[in-house]
Amino acid sequence: MSGKRKSKLGIKQRYSMLTRGLGWDTTYQDMDKVFPYDNYEGIIIHDWDGWEDPFRLTMDAYWKFQSEKEKKLYAVIDSFAQNNGHLGITDARYVNALKLFLTGVSPLEYQAARGFTHVGRQFRGVGPRVACQMQAIDELRHVQTQIHSMSHYNKYFDGLHSAPHMHDRVWYLSVPKSFFDDARTAGPFEFLTSISFAFEYVLTNLLFVPFMSGAAFNGDMATVTFGFSAQSDEARHMTLGLEVIKFMLEQDERNIPIVQRWMDKWFWRGTRMLALVAMMMDYMLPKRVMSWREAWDIYFTEAGGALFADLARYGIKPPKYADIATKEAEHISHQAWHIFYNYTHAAAFHTWVPEKDELDWLSEKYPNTFDKYYRPRLEYLDKEEKAGRRFYNDTLPMLCQVCQIPMGFTDMDDPTTISFEVSEYNGDKYHTCSLGCRDIFDYEPAKYVQAWLPVHQIYQGNCGGAEVPDVLKWYNFNLGADNLEYNGSPDQKLWDEWQAHRKKA
Amino acid sequence: MSRIVSITLQNNDDARPIIEAIEKDNPEATVNIYPAMVKIDCEGRLIIKQETVEELLGREWDVQELHLSLVSIAGNVDEEDDYFELSWNV
Repeated sequence: MSGKRKSKLGIKQRYSMLTRGLGWDTTYQDMDKVFPYDNYEGIIIHDWDGWEDPFRLTMDAYWKFQSEKEKKLYAVIDSFAQNNGHLGITDARYVNALKLFLTGVSPLEYQAARGFTHVGRQFRGVGPRVACQMQAIDELRHVQTQIHSMSHYNKYFDGLHSAPHMHDRVWYLSVPKSFFDDARTAGPFEFLTSISFAFEYVLTNLLFVPFMSGAAFNGDMATVTFGFSAQSDEARHMTLGLEVIKFMLEQDERNIPIVQRWMDKWFWRGTRMLALVAMMMDYMLPKRVMSWREAWDIYFTEAGGALFADLARYGIKPPKYADIATKEAEHISHQAWHIFYNYTHAAAFHTWVPEKDELDWLSEKYPNTFDKYYRPRLEYLDKEEKAGRRFYNDTLPMLCQVCQIPMGFTDMDDPTTISFEVSEYNGDKYHTCSLGCRDIFDYEPAKYVQAWLPVHQIYQGNCGGAEVPDVLKWYNFNLGADNLEYNGSPDQKLWDEWQAHRKKA
Repeated sequence: MSRIVSITLQNNDDARPIIEAIEKDNPEATVNIYPAMVKIDCEGRLIIKQETVEELLGREWDVQELHLSLVSIAGNVDEEDDYFELSWNV
């Protein structure tokens, strides 16, 4: 057994042949002209061979393992569709999490494919170039498999018919879209810090790991299978994120303040975007695995703590405002859900007040905040809805100039006061939702004044018309089906019919 | 400050012998079971040995087959022909 193995090259040699043996320095053209983008951000690299990818995957192994993953995944997707797997989920309310996923997250996979294809061309070092190219292919696989898996739900449920169109237009989808637009318009090293490190290493676990476990708990075989299939690639992407950070920090100490600033910025942008995931975990899973707060403790406080302790030897500190983000873990899911409850007439998914046992679960998981600030409000909204006065907010909200979330989040030390920051640039005022977003704006105001803010665009008449229904048609919503309260929705009607059939059988 | 390294694997037939091998080779490790996945935490360092997985599986096992079952990791990775190790620098 071992004799057969020894006759081959070792894993390190094979990887070195791929990443060093196949690279060359150009001679007809200057290397700086061939790779014009990898030094303008101020990152100084002395030796590109200092790059060591910890996962030493060669192309033959990559294709072999990826094809095996695909075969397993498509066997499950096929069987799920063939056997009416949607009937086995816990409750139709759960599908609303998938609507948010397909319109908000899956298009990001495509954005990631575009981003990594771009930077995979731009590094003069062969190691990072190969890693980025493999990741670009992975990301393309992720968007495809997610669309294929969720297309089955589109046969029965509303709001899943037009994800790419919605992603480019709808107000809350501009939150994830602008995150990636920001990253892709940065330089290649900032892109890797934002996506590979801050997003994949520090934060993606919060989306793909506990949420997917929750999908399994709620009987959604298709989603958990695409989720874990994607996540098996993410584990590799995470190491790329950590490697690029260590590489920059080891190459030159002048890189340290640049990397620190990027970490601070992208950590904050990431936590803002994860407000959507927080409410998916706490409000949209009928059977719950863990609360957002618990996930934050495991994946940020514990895992992030060990990571930043490891990076301390380079002079790197934990991200600025991490303390505020940890305070937010007690509040953010409730505040985000409330924003969507206000505006669900303008969203392509339904919201609702959780049932009594679900409210009890939230009370138990959030002993410091839920009963004091959020439960009474939900119970009031429930009473109003039952009396035929379901509340919808008819004015358009002000958006944060950076994260583009409606300015509804509060000061964390005073959860009855809206958090609100103002900056001035060229004589105009710009508003941000937090100190974190304000810092990001103030460092690069010329970038963020260009933000395509959905509410501004609506008021400027660029979104289909002056009335809300005009805008929603421009979003390609089916009014009365995709939007509004879950109770009384066509989704609910269909689900109740299926349950009635099941009882009869 | 906690120095926990961590590996999360799918809870399926491919991953079970790997999980068992980790428990054998890392007696300090804590195994947390969640729906569909298993998260294994260990202070400072965690190793997966090819030899142990092969013994449990009764066949040759390429360390890179780990990719098929991997959900997430925390720690610096060292991947070799005959082992896969996660660690934080002390």
